[in-house]
Amino acid sequence: MPSLSTQTSGAGRKTFLAQHPSVMWFLLALALFTLGVTVLAEATGAGLISTSFVKTLGKTLCLCLVAIAMDVVWGYCGILSLGHMAFFGIGGYAIGMWLMYARTEIIVRDSLLAAPIPPTPQEITDGIGTQIFGVVGSAEFPLIWAFADSFALQLLMVILVPGLLALVFGWLAFRSRVTGVYLSILTQAMTLALSLYLFQNDSGLRGNNGLSGLQNIPGFETVSQDAISIGFFWASAVALGLGYVLFAFVVSGKMGSVVRGIRDNEARVRFLGYHVESYKLFVFTLTAIVAAIAGALYYPQAGIINPAEIAPIASIYLAVWVAIGGRGRLYGAVIGAAFVSLVSSWFTGGGAPDVELGIYTIKWTDWWLVLLGLSFVAVTLFFPQGIGGLFDRLVRNPTPDAEGQK
Amino acid sequence: MKRLLEVSGVSVTFDGFRAINNLSIQIGQPELRAVIGPNGAGKTTFMDIITGKTRPDSGTVTWGEKGVSLLAMSESQIARLGIGRKFQKPTVFEAQTVSENLGLALKNRRGPLDVLMYRRSRRDTARIGEIAEEIGLSAQLARPAGQLSHGQKQWLEIGMLLAQDPQLLLVDEPAAGMTPSEREHTTDLLRRAAETCAVVVVEHDMEFVRRLECKVTVLHEGAVLAEGSLSHVTRNQDVIDVYLGR
Repeated sequence: MPSLSTQTSGAGRKTFLAQHPSVMWFLLALALFTLGVTVLAEATGAGLISTSFVKTLGKTLCLCLVAIAMDVVWGYCGILSLGHMAFFGIGGYAIGMWLMYARTEIIVRDSLLAAPIPPTPQEITDGIGTQIFGVVGSAEFPLIWAFADSFALQLLMVILVPGLLALVFGWLAFRSRVTGVYLSILTQAMTLALSLYLFQNDSGLRGNNGLSGLQNIPGFETVSQDAISIGFFWASAVALGLGYVLFAFVVSGKMGSVVRGIRDNEARVRFLGYHVESYKLFVFTLTAIVAAIAGALYYPQAGIINPAEIAPIASIYLAVWVAIGGRGRLYGAVIGAAFVSLVSSWFTGGGAPDVELGIYTIKWTDWWLVLLGLSFVAVTLFFPQGIGGLFDRLVRNPTPDAEGQK
Repeated sequence: MKRLLEVSGVSVTFDGFRAINNLSIQIGQPELRAVIGPNGAGKTTFMDIITGKTRPDSGTVTWGEKGVSLLAMSESQIARLGIGRKFQKPTVFEAQTVSENLGLALKNRRGPLDVLMYRRSRRDTARIGEIAEEIGLSAQLARPAGQLSHGQKQWLEIGMLLAQDPQLLLVDEPAAGMTPSEREHTTDLLRRAAETCAVVVVEHDMEFVRRLECKVTVLHEGAVLAEGSLSHVTRNQDVIDVYLGR
């Protein structure tokens, strides 16, 4: 017995990172990657990587962040949510509103200052309204723009709006014990409803035009896009690192045990005395908030957001990335999101050479989705553990046989 | 022996089929009780009602000296009162280790924040060690439960019930699919558990019930047909007609 207790107290003294070497390895890899890109980027290094590619890499890191959130809610907790890209989009809209408002304000103020009579605050507000909403035939600020002039409040909206939406939606769905495919359909319906609503001109968010010019950061007009892109790249890398540590903490220990228990046998967890609905709600809401933060970092790098980004297909892609990367392991989600999204932009961006078949030419811009679909089916059938599972087999020692010896 | 659970006048109908018909049973503490009956007698529905999975159409289910009603409580609340349930099929978390399975069941605070901040104390580690010893899985603590044999999974599930520090254990066919020596171990486990808490065993196998040496309740068509020692109920003509005499 004494040896057992010293062992326990020894483990208790160890820090979280020391107990989870895989998190250390991930952070190290992320740091090296960030350093490498920094050294090669135009603003900070040799200039071997173009600014647009730095943005692509920064956006990819944000996609990795939303993918680990998806992995926690689906791979660990068993909730196949088709709504997490909607939360991602809401985060983008929330930050985009401030970006667009603040930048338009500067432009309007400058142009009115040239006039002989100094402008009144009302004239400035009207000017901003005309600039932003002229495209949908309006000049009035809808109520949802009430906080758009404040960076701090709008940042709060990045967390509050998706957080509350997830909380209310999750509470209604989990309380009624909607599970499995029915829950997926419900989340998809929420996503579809949201994107259809945003497509309307009178939604107050510029309808199908969406928000644009988000790459121009107010207050940093004199800073070149080279520098802004590397700044966002760093911010995305930090967010991914923090998100990874947060989720690794959540899915380790007893919380992870309960959450995986819910995935594998919800009723058993309930009969052990756990209020399953609270746990699902916790995981669903936390991952929704992280997804929104990822979106808030993504869209300033993309420069534009429109309702098509929120359409259910985006959330389905997210599920495909996580499945290809390997569910139930955080690094699997990172591998899946990075690999599939980069390969996807290579194929759809015309990077992949066409294949001549004599009678027919395969143009990858048209055929990429077919290839993605087939690889999804292949992964599901032949490598249910995904790329992360192959990675596990290479890295880890073979598991001991059923007898635990030999 | 004080009264722990009182089921009285309970009826349940599923789509016109009366699964439980004016059923009344009292369980004391400590007590070992076997519930037997042919297929469709309502044994599993009886457990579903106590654990809050099924709501009865009429009747009352009360708990403890104070007679708290269980009917308005959720499954997790009932479990937290100290009612543990073992399913017919062994349901352990196969992807998790034996130690994690027992840790999940260990009596501790069950709220999400408590669980998030939980760190296994020495006392908890020691308790898990004790239970593993009791169920004969000390050497298997670090192994995934999915690798255990059928019998070991059943014991692990009983161990998970013991870890909850329950007052009432509901055990559904614990001996199904076990070898004779495994059965013996299971009988011992249940008898020892019944020294401190109430244990209700639902069982098909008469030989197993005989070994438990306890009071037997015979269910038939959702109601109690006979109650008493095994030799007493097996002499009962009604029991012979509906069950043994088939």
